[in-house]
Amino acid sequence: MEQFATMRRSKDGQPIRYLVVDDSVFARKNLARMIETFGGQLAGEAGDGAAAITEYDRTNPDIVLMDITMPQMEGIEAAERIVQKHPEARVVMVSSVGYQENIVAALQRGARHFVQKPVKPEVLYEVIKYVMGEDGCVANAAAVGAPGGAGEAK
Amino acid sequence: MKMELIQPFINAADAVLAQNLGSSLSIGNVSMEEEAYRRKGVAAMVRLTGDIEGRVIFDLDTETAVRIARRFAGAELPESDDLVRETVFELANQVIGNAVTTLNDQGFHFRVHPPALHVSEHGAKSSEDTEVLVMCFETSSGNVFMNIAMQYSVQSKGLAAGGRG
Repeated sequence: MEQFATMRRSKDGQPIRYLVVDDSVFARKNLARMIETFGGQLAGEAGDGAAAITEYDRTNPDIVLMDITMPQMEGIEAAERIVQKHPEARVVMVSSVGYQENIVAALQRGARHFVQKPVKPEVLYEVIKYVMGEDGCVANAAAVGAPGGAGEAK
Repeated sequence: MKMELIQPFINAADAVLAQNLGSSLSIGNVSMEEEAYRRKGVAAMVRLTGDIEGRVIFDLDTETAVRIARRFAGAELPESDDLVRETVFELANQVIGNAVTTLNDQGFHFRVHPPALHVSEHGAKSSEDTEVLVMCFETSSGNVFMNIAMQYSVQSKGLAAGGRG
């Protein structure tokens, strides 16, 4: 898988921490692998919306990658509940069902962005960069992959 | 054959398989089922209800499912029933989600039910109102069969005839 310039938190230079929510173990593995190529850190995983809320409280991630269609509680409702409790939460919906009504509903209820499955790493990377805004920074190209460089995780 | 209903599923399967497997694929046998559906391997069935009603079955043999799973995950994974089931379900979810997106943006509204493991050897025989199309996608990881039975619901038939979409 392609390697990307490492993205970090601006405030402390630490890796961006992600909560991945999807009822498919596969989808979670796939997203976790992409996160790794972005230089991020997996803070937690959940298989449904209700577990996502609990995991958010426990891990306090920088970004939530949230599927929509899930058992128990769907992703849009979980996103809304998380944002109600944590207005600073950055939730990105990741779903194969990407029609306009769904996207609008997710954005109206607190999600910051939407990525359609199958997820292209380069698309997700740009969305993360956009959603993190000034709270995220990308290591310069020279530092990427250089042991001990500014972009290297310690 | 109502190709306007089926084409989005073909396009979605083509795109999802190519993206996930990182290679091109070709469409092999395409046939209209006249006899009851016979399962070829591990199959996931997804039902749709609403303006369009029907079901889509994804069917692949265990070896193909494991190879696809390893491509999906980008890692060696031990073969297990759970892994195979998960692969077929995820494939079905992604293809159907993408097709539904296209159809929804054309004005059709319907509900997609969660995938269910299709365990019987035979599926429903096609009827006058239901077209059953079986396609084989030949991929570098093996053959993936998609079986589509789709029709306009009674309520939407008038709308469809009126040039919807």
